[in-house]
Amino acid sequence: MTYITGVGLTSYGKHEGLTSLDLMSKAAELAIADAGLKRADIDGILCGYSTVSPHIMLATVFAEHFGIRPAYAHAVQVGGATGLAMTMLAHHLVDAGVVRHVLVVGGENRLTGQSRDASIVALAQVGHPDYEVPLGPTIPAYYGLVASRYMHDYGVTEEDLAEFAVLMRAHAATHPGAQFREPITVADVMASKPVASPLKLLDCCPVSDGGAAFVVSREPTNAARVKIRGCAQAHTHQHVTAAPRLSELGAEISIARAKQASGMAITDVRYAAVYDSFTITLAMLLEDLGLARRGEAASRVRSGYFRRDGEIPLNTHGGLLSYGHCGVGGAMAHLVETHLQMTDRAGNRQVRDASVALLHGDGGVLSSHVSMFLERV
Amino acid sequence: MQKPADWTQGVEAILYQSCVSCGQPQYFRRGFCAACGATELADKRAGGMGTVYATSVVARAATPETRAHVPYAIVLVDTEEGFRMMAHGANDLAIGDRVAARFTLFAGRLVPYFEKLA
Repeated sequence: MTYITGVGLTSYGKHEGLTSLDLMSKAAELAIADAGLKRADIDGILCGYSTVSPHIMLATVFAEHFGIRPAYAHAVQVGGATGLAMTMLAHHLVDAGVVRHVLVVGGENRLTGQSRDASIVALAQVGHPDYEVPLGPTIPAYYGLVASRYMHDYGVTEEDLAEFAVLMRAHAATHPGAQFREPITVADVMASKPVASPLKLLDCCPVSDGGAAFVVSREPTNAARVKIRGCAQAHTHQHVTAAPRLSELGAEISIARAKQASGMAITDVRYAAVYDSFTITLAMLLEDLGLARRGEAASRVRSGYFRRDGEIPLNTHGGLLSYGHCGVGGAMAHLVETHLQMTDRAGNRQVRDASVALLHGDGGVLSSHVSMFLERV
Repeated sequence: MQKPADWTQGVEAILYQSCVSCGQPQYFRRGFCAACGATELADKRAGGMGTVYATSVVARAATPETRAHVPYAIVLVDTEEGFRMMAHGANDLAIGDRVAARFTLFAGRLVPYFEKLA
């Protein structure tokens, strides 16, 4: 039995002058205070990576910087799925009695710490060094390839994809920490600059500075009662060239395993936090997870299904697309927001019922997947 | 194991491996078959014919060398020999198009470039 006992999140966008360690520290401080704990109570640390300040031992660098001498610490690297993969590991470490309180932390000055070009070049390296990278693909191009095929097979249009960007922006408008809060329309998305067809600028998440953290504990430490019910992973490939057919992608495998591990069903889900690096990512994952039928996620967006007041509110902080994406911390913001919703602390964003939440993260090019069910008990 | 030269080393050829044991074609070169683990693999040269599986036209590149080429199309092609590969292609290619490969220079390197069969 494990609980998420505290969460911390900075605003995303520009944090001029702050390093990755600074942003991790800010988020960690918030999360530990939120759990009602002290630094000395933390006996495990899991952190992600920073493309701005790469280090072979980031967890111990952070532990020393932050002033903790943990009994267990190391970094985890699964691209965009890192945050949930760390949470899954924390869950198992705590459940097995290895440690009592694990601090999970991610943060990076990805926007101000390097040029946007440097960031795009660094991220494109998830491609194959011999057979893909020399062709000059970018992360949007990898996802553009996937999008072209998915749209072809399931009759999804560019206007359909635009709906997801509009929804995330509408949600971000109510969060003071979001990087982009100006409302946008489907026409705005369609008119935004081409990046890698069919994806345009507003189909893509931004590059951000920011940090996020949470504490996973064996017992509740305060009034929050957010239990990790069960989680699972699936890894089908690394490179898009080696990806399985669309009908065999990893999200379907990981959600099936997570349902089994948690004893939960999709019909139990009241709130969803789903990885949204691009509009196509969100569209595909919602359908892979069973939150919409094939080719029908966009019509569910149009009908209000995923709005704050809809049947299953989705990424009410604005997701990667509008809250922002600072690397490992990016998708961790999804979990922070979920926790706030589950503990009735989301203020003007509060949904009616977030008693059971489904979270899903994706790393690489739909390569690595983590699905997780949380329950308020 | 001597690595025969293909486009990744600047030679106008698309090579792949074929597992002598299970027959699986393999594009990313390695010393064993990723499907069955067997170590006996035959080097083969692909004919350059295939079908477009997916396509994306890059308008925003990240380096000065690649930016000089925008817009350029990245394609995934299912080859006649049964493996999938990434390459460049004509900007107007569509999924399902039957294509043939030639070679072109991109950012100073030789890359395969697919065009629609007439």
